[in-house]
Amino acid sequence: MIQYSGLSEINGPLVCLQGVNNASFDEIAELTLDDGTKRLGRVVEMQGDKVVLQIFEGTNGISLKNTRTKFSGKPLEIPLSVEMLGRTFNGAGRPIDGLGDVFPEKYGDINGRSLNPVARTYPRNYIHTGISSIDALMTLIRGQKLPIFSGSGLSHNKLAVQIVRQAKIADSEGKDFAVVFAAMGVQNDVANYFRRSFEEAGVIKNVSMFLNLSSDPIIERILTPRCALTLAEYLAFEKGMHILVIMTDLTSYCEALREFSSSKGEIPGRKGYPGYLYSDLASMYERAGVVEGSKGSVTQIPILTMPNDDITHPIPDLTAYITEGQIVFDRNLDQTGIYPGLSVLLSLSRLMKDGIGAEYTRADHSDVANQLFSCYARVQDARALASVIGEDELSASDKAIMRFGDLFEKHFLNQGFEENRSLDETFELAWQLLSTLPRSELDRLSDDLIDEFYDSEKAKRFM
Amino acid sequence: MNKIYSINGPVIKVKDTKDFSMREMVYVGEKKLVGEVIGVTDELTTIQVYESTSGLSVGEMVEPTGSLMCATLGPGIISNIYDGIQRPLRAMTASGEIYVSEGSMIPSLDEQREFDVEITVKAGDKVSGGDIYATCPETPLIMHKCMIPPYLNGTVGSVRPNGKYKVTDIVVTVKADNGTVHELSLMQKWPIRNPRPISRRIPISKPLITGQRIIDTVCPIAKGGTAAIPGGFGTGKTVTQHQLAKWCDADIIVYIGCGERGNEMTQVLEEFSELIDPKSGRPLTDRTVLIANTSNMPVAAREASIYTGITLAEYYRDMGYHIAIMADSTSRWAEALREISGRLEEMPAEEGFPAYLPSRLAEFYERAGYVETLNKAEGSVTVIGAVSPQGSDFSEPVTQNTKRFVRCFWALDKSLAYARHYPAINWLQSYSEYSDDLKDYYTENVGEDFCDDRQEISTLLIEENNLMEIVKLIGADVLPDDQKLIIETAKVIRVGFLQQNAGHADDTYVPLKKQLLMMRAILKLYHKSLDAVNSGISINKILSSGLFDKVTKIKFEVPNSDLDKFDEYFAEIDDWFSKNA
Repeated sequence: MIQYSGLSEINGPLVCLQGVNNASFDEIAELTLDDGTKRLGRVVEMQGDKVVLQIFEGTNGISLKNTRTKFSGKPLEIPLSVEMLGRTFNGAGRPIDGLGDVFPEKYGDINGRSLNPVARTYPRNYIHTGISSIDALMTLIRGQKLPIFSGSGLSHNKLAVQIVRQAKIADSEGKDFAVVFAAMGVQNDVANYFRRSFEEAGVIKNVSMFLNLSSDPIIERILTPRCALTLAEYLAFEKGMHILVIMTDLTSYCEALREFSSSKGEIPGRKGYPGYLYSDLASMYERAGVVEGSKGSVTQIPILTMPNDDITHPIPDLTAYITEGQIVFDRNLDQTGIYPGLSVLLSLSRLMKDGIGAEYTRADHSDVANQLFSCYARVQDARALASVIGEDELSASDKAIMRFGDLFEKHFLNQGFEENRSLDETFELAWQLLSTLPRSELDRLSDDLIDEFYDSEKAKRFM
Repeated sequence: MNKIYSINGPVIKVKDTKDFSMREMVYVGEKKLVGEVIGVTDELTTIQVYESTSGLSVGEMVEPTGSLMCATLGPGIISNIYDGIQRPLRAMTASGEIYVSEGSMIPSLDEQREFDVEITVKAGDKVSGGDIYATCPETPLIMHKCMIPPYLNGTVGSVRPNGKYKVTDIVVTVKADNGTVHELSLMQKWPIRNPRPISRRIPISKPLITGQRIIDTVCPIAKGGTAAIPGGFGTGKTVTQHQLAKWCDADIIVYIGCGERGNEMTQVLEEFSELIDPKSGRPLTDRTVLIANTSNMPVAAREASIYTGITLAEYYRDMGYHIAIMADSTSRWAEALREISGRLEEMPAEEGFPAYLPSRLAEFYERAGYVETLNKAEGSVTVIGAVSPQGSDFSEPVTQNTKRFVRCFWALDKSLAYARHYPAINWLQSYSEYSDDLKDYYTENVGEDFCDDRQEISTLLIEENNLMEIVKLIGADVLPDDQKLIIETAKVIRVGFLQQNAGHADDTYVPLKKQLLMMRAILKLYHKSLDAVNSGISINKILSSGLFDKVTKIKFEVPNSDLDKFDEYFAEIDDWFSKNA
């Protein structure tokens, strides 16, 4: 095999070689340094006999003459096996738990391929999370991609752990349920928190972790979610398992992409992020789903921290254009001690409308959810008015709405980290809260439903 | 020796060749990936590749095809689903493959399928471009008409008898005036970036009836018109597009999923094959073509998908059909332009978009229109494009430039979506320049008072908006009764008229007649109440009648099939006021 010695240029994570004649676009090259250490690079541009490589482990210590480069002829592949559950890998998919190499059943190209929309099955089965706000108002569907938009210091990690723990219990096919966890640029503490929580919940045997910590090289960070998703797709579509992929933190990922893009000298789009950020994010998020001919599914919960809590920042904005809804944290609610402090009005599950109702959850699910949304939207108006004219001046119906808002946040949104509410408990609570309002305020519910469930006696528990 | 010299993502370059022309379609490398020439200089030829270039090497061959990037036109397009360069996605899955394969050479039209062809010309006939030489039923709804390619004039030579033919079979020969003989099968090719020729444009005069009240009544769209639906994420662009695709009275729908979610296309596929069109009693797929270039498919093909879609639409328009195109979303298409432009190292204009963004948008929207075709039939292409503004900011380049080229603007509003007011089209920001063009149609076909009623409804909403500024500061209690009445009436309009439930059997599609009667009921209640308030009856007494709630619920209570029930409502309103006022 031909080896090329030396390089012609080094620029950040990129190196150039000249005189190459057997490389192909996107393939992987291995660089051996004079001290014997090896690094991997990927072909990102070719011009004549000049090849540009991006080096995953960074270019520290590389000079123009101390390397020998070998081209593999293949795109980056990782070994795949069911045995990878319970194991820990670095961001590029190599084991770091000291248990040795994985014995592969096959190799998978980490870039994945585009799923043919004809081969997809529209996701309909809901995942019970035991968290009232999610189950009732932003229902998670198997095969969905539903990100958590959070901010620094909020309890998104806690919520993700709770979902993993409780979603498993609710699944009737428990043994086929597994979690693939990808950490991108997170602190060591956070990675440990997830590992410890998975251990305590007794699910660690069904979790495969890919860790790229904040001190690890940024190019490796770009590979991390792709390695994790390649494993997820393999387990779901070839082994028929239900896979929940948790990816945190997408903001670090996007920043790595920006750093890499600017070192390549690309023309930036908004806020310096590359113009292809949307396509790049889509190439990951679109790997969720259910396909025909397989009983497995890939469900994604990407977590991202909104810079400065700004939901219009390009990262959350582009993400929400691709994903099927979003779960948004609200700093004010979080600060008043409500867990999980979710912003109900900003949150949305797009697949919810087809995955709820008598067939999947409850017959009154859609109407009750709509009513809660519409009442809670009015709460915001009433509060805004109260802050101007004072609460005493409000009309009777505005006062009732304000009171509903407080109770809703305190009893419905707020729930313990250990508390796993059944669907009926959640809806019983919703009806109790709606019963605190006069019947005439319930404009989204049919009279039949109101007759069946509305009971002002129930509301007395909040007195 | 046309060898690849450089590769940068989807852009490749070939050095020192004079073999390629601009916009020519080429095959790239050993896998024969489809590409298109986008730049020619004496040193370098630039090609954009419509498939993933992973694994491609410098030195592989590029093969010219001698023709522009074309769509294949013929029977078998309807009910199909294609990617951005018209490769049939359903045929691709036949082998059990769940991923989109590269370099796949599956023909766009099913070449094995036989059609019942009736030949409509005979030997010796003089024919010219656009004339129909054969017809065949493509789906139970659509009669396919094979037309002489534009620009071909001549005399019919040989003709095959009526019977079953495949799309590739030669059925007619035509001797052109210059002496060359053209063999015509059931299919033809047309370059996707060139508009198909027409005889002339006809002024717009008919609405595209959608059954959506806020659209048909407040901001109507005309057949042959253009509309944009801008909205941030979660505001319901896709649901609105789906509703229009399901219910609008076009003959054929071309739905372009451009850089959007894969699951949404799956949903359209599943839902449209189950939904029965009430007018024809056939599944909606019988009149729908899907172009699916989801966000994870190659970006260059996303750029082409819009042109592929509109070319298919123009082809059916030339047969005399009315086509509606839904493009979801044109922002993703603009981003694809930006990405390619960046790779070409062109000088960027606003936010990194190329300076030619406005002219490309204009070219696309100008292909809409109500026309007389070459064969003197009437047909139309209506274009409805979704726009996904970054950060919900309507001042960004794609929204602003689109606004210049469309005449109907349905602005989706986040705060309405948060309150689950759907369709979340903001009645104050949206507009339609077609209202005047369509006035005669509405007056003659729906009701003489339709346009006046619409105006009054709009005025009430604007007055409410002004009053709300005061209410936000001091509360509603201090307003005088006549102003309170405006607020209460506007509430009925918002909840009972503008809000529409896509999941409700009757409310998902509302005929124009019912829209008019609903307006009449609301306005009758308002006028009666106003008279009562002016004669000293308190607004609270009127509200306690329950009439406002009743009128709000008309949309659910009166079935579309029994509009006589409105008389009961009118009688009840009259009755209450004659007793109490």
